[in-house]
Amino acid sequence: MDVSARPRVAMRGITKTFPGVKALDGVDFTLQPGEVHALLGENGAGKSTLIKVLTGVLQADAGTVELDGKVVRIGSPAQAQDLGINTVYQEVNLVPTLSVAENLTLERQITRFGLVDWKKTTARAEAALARLGIAVDVGRSLGSCSLAVQQLVAIARALDRETRVLVLDEPTASLDAREVERLFSVLSDIRARGISIVFITHFIDQVYAIADRITVLRNGRFAGTGPVAEVPRMRLVTMMLGKQIESDFAARPTADSIVEGATPLVAAKGLGRSRLMQPIDLSVRAGEVVGLAGLLGSGRTETAKLLFGAEKADQGRLEIDGEAVSLKSPSQAIARGFGFCPEDRKHDGLILGLSVRENLILALQCRRGWWRQLSRAEQDRLAGEMIQALGIATPDAEKPVGQLSGGNQQKVILARWLLAKPRFLILDEPTRGIDIGAHAEIVALIRRLCREGLALVVASSELEEIVAFSHRVVVLRDRRKVSEIAGEAISQKTIVEAIANS
Amino acid sequence: MRERRLPIMATFVVFVLLYGLGGLTFDHFMSTRVFGNLLTDNAFVIIAGLGMTFVILSGGIDLSVGSMIGFVGIATATLVSHGVHPLVAIMLLLVLGVVLGAAMGYVIDAFEIQPFIVTLTAMFLLRGLCFVISLDSVPIKHPFVTAFSDFQIPLPGDGWVSGPALVMIAMLIVALVIAHLTRFGANVYAVGGDAASALLLGVPVRRTIVGVYALNGAFGVMAGATYAFYTSSGYPLAASGVELDAIASVVIGGTLLTGGVGLVIGTVFGGLIQGLIQTLIIFDGSLDSWWIRIVIGGLLFVFIVLQKVIMRSVTALGSPQAA
Repeated sequence: MDVSARPRVAMRGITKTFPGVKALDGVDFTLQPGEVHALLGENGAGKSTLIKVLTGVLQADAGTVELDGKVVRIGSPAQAQDLGINTVYQEVNLVPTLSVAENLTLERQITRFGLVDWKKTTARAEAALARLGIAVDVGRSLGSCSLAVQQLVAIARALDRETRVLVLDEPTASLDAREVERLFSVLSDIRARGISIVFITHFIDQVYAIADRITVLRNGRFAGTGPVAEVPRMRLVTMMLGKQIESDFAARPTADSIVEGATPLVAAKGLGRSRLMQPIDLSVRAGEVVGLAGLLGSGRTETAKLLFGAEKADQGRLEIDGEAVSLKSPSQAIARGFGFCPEDRKHDGLILGLSVRENLILALQCRRGWWRQLSRAEQDRLAGEMIQALGIATPDAEKPVGQLSGGNQQKVILARWLLAKPRFLILDEPTRGIDIGAHAEIVALIRRLCREGLALVVASSELEEIVAFSHRVVVLRDRRKVSEIAGEAISQKTIVEAIANS
Repeated sequence: MRERRLPIMATFVVFVLLYGLGGLTFDHFMSTRVFGNLLTDNAFVIIAGLGMTFVILSGGIDLSVGSMIGFVGIATATLVSHGVHPLVAIMLLLVLGVVLGAAMGYVIDAFEIQPFIVTLTAMFLLRGLCFVISLDSVPIKHPFVTAFSDFQIPLPGDGWVSGPALVMIAMLIVALVIAHLTRFGANVYAVGGDAASALLLGVPVRRTIVGVYALNGAFGVMAGATYAFYTSSGYPLAASGVELDAIASVVIGGTLLTGGVGLVIGTVFGGLIQGLIQTLIIFDGSLDSWWIRIVIGGLLFVFIVLQKVIMRSVTALGSPQAA
């Protein structure tokens, strides 16, 4: 790598504002020829916005993009491709019903007198794959190939045109270790040809395995850059989180509510699912809050879903009150007294068009069965009770849930589960997207519920809040459990160290 | 064997079984005359089905084809009665069919409206126009039309290839070339497979959708002309519900209703299978004609379920959510 040469790409002062939010604020990003450059950041850091500016999907409000020393305007993805900037997205953007060859050559078929010459076209597809050392039958339909092969085909298509910059947006998210290795060996070859690669990922270990340099964004701002060797893990994690992690002023929860020595209410023993989550051990006792901490993509949501049966485990087992059970679906989990508040309230948790009352009684009605309908008077009574108990700010129980604020929507989901009288609640990012005041109320609510004897598992990206309510913290990294911290040892500092240590 | 070719194999097997069943059960079933008649009687449905294949491959549907056939018949008959040459009349109607189809395609893509609704509108419009032109059947009297309906290429045995059959074969060749040897054809498969991905891969999705419905408009007009010339008349209620026969031909021919997978040649067999069922029941003589519909309905059901099962196994690996 020749760093002294002028950079392949130099983005300077890139600013992009969406209504109500500054997604990028004067961000600089430089990419050298023939390097793998990891672009990192937590949710909302601005990675994808920056990449969309580079690939022409979005136009920056301010700032310049230079490509090999020349200022360029990239107005559309097609223009970006003409300039030699090609992108492979996380969700493979190919057509599964077409063959591998058809996918590779779509809109680039070799034609003669207006008719496609399939012999030459197929040969071109085969050559594109051969250059990357990929052996696959090009006549197979793409959908029948493994995800890794699909990913490689997408890369082969990107490289089939003259390429100066290859952008890989989380290419490894759904690959297993062997497939990742194969992808990396292909990336090394591409790098050796002088092509610059932007590599977006959440997997810290992979950054150190393949990247030459790292750039970190945080809250739409440039947070730091440097060669991999000069950015140790601890510094990388603090750059990403951007916290002054010395001060823990939040009060720690008391352990009075936990029944000591009792069998855990719920215990996962080596519970896992290939390609999704490495086997994990985790136990929760009644009256205890277990926090799930980790960076974006570390496996917090995946763990929550495995516990709830929303993702079926293919390894290990789950014990409830010391008795092994196998959860095949969420409805079985609900029948056992489980509750789950998902990360994406709007899509997975609430039916926005229905009223607060109707949303509230869903889980309870589900537990009773449809033939034992709750009377309207009963529904009104329960809804009124919950609105008061959790302080849901709504004029009345008939208001559509979609019109409430984020914090109040979260309370409606919580209230729904509480009506079904669960023993074990799983909360995934309960404070995502809600304002500070509601934030404190939710944390207080979590503490109250555990004092009342509920067992809780709470996944959160906010370390401060994890520290504030957890009796124990399970630290995740790269889809596996790396550490468990209990009691007084829990602090933001210890959690960050656990995330960073290899 | 590639999984996505399984539906068409199933189509072919059913065709051979039915044909064999007829041959074993009835004398003269295997004759070239029965086969020639099979081609002739089903030619217009198959031509409509060929156009419909592109529509369904692109992930859409077109309900206006039956009305289009009726409209072409009555419009041709009226034009010819006013002294217009039948071929000129067909040329004019071809332009109209392509423009109407393109307009439907544009509305479907630009306003993101269900093809079902847009083409239903055209179905009502065209059928209504039939009655505006004439309330009664209008005969087509022209030497060209007489020549067309009398035209025969003798086959070995006592059969022949008729004019409609020849038009159908010509349209099949056109459809095969467009589907399998042009970029447009490849784009139709891509759009039907995954429109969002196709757009990112550089496929001009709007142009493809507009082209698909325009092409189907042209095939609809050709089906209508074949029908009108063969029957030497136009009738405002003619070919009611033929759009559904065309769709059935496509589906029995192994094309997935969800789009993206299927072969043009399959539709020919799909159409012939329906014709075979009809011929078998007529040969039998003891069964009433409504059994034709019942058997076709049952067959359609089997094919749809079969396709779902096959596609589940094909897409299971790649995109767990998308399926």
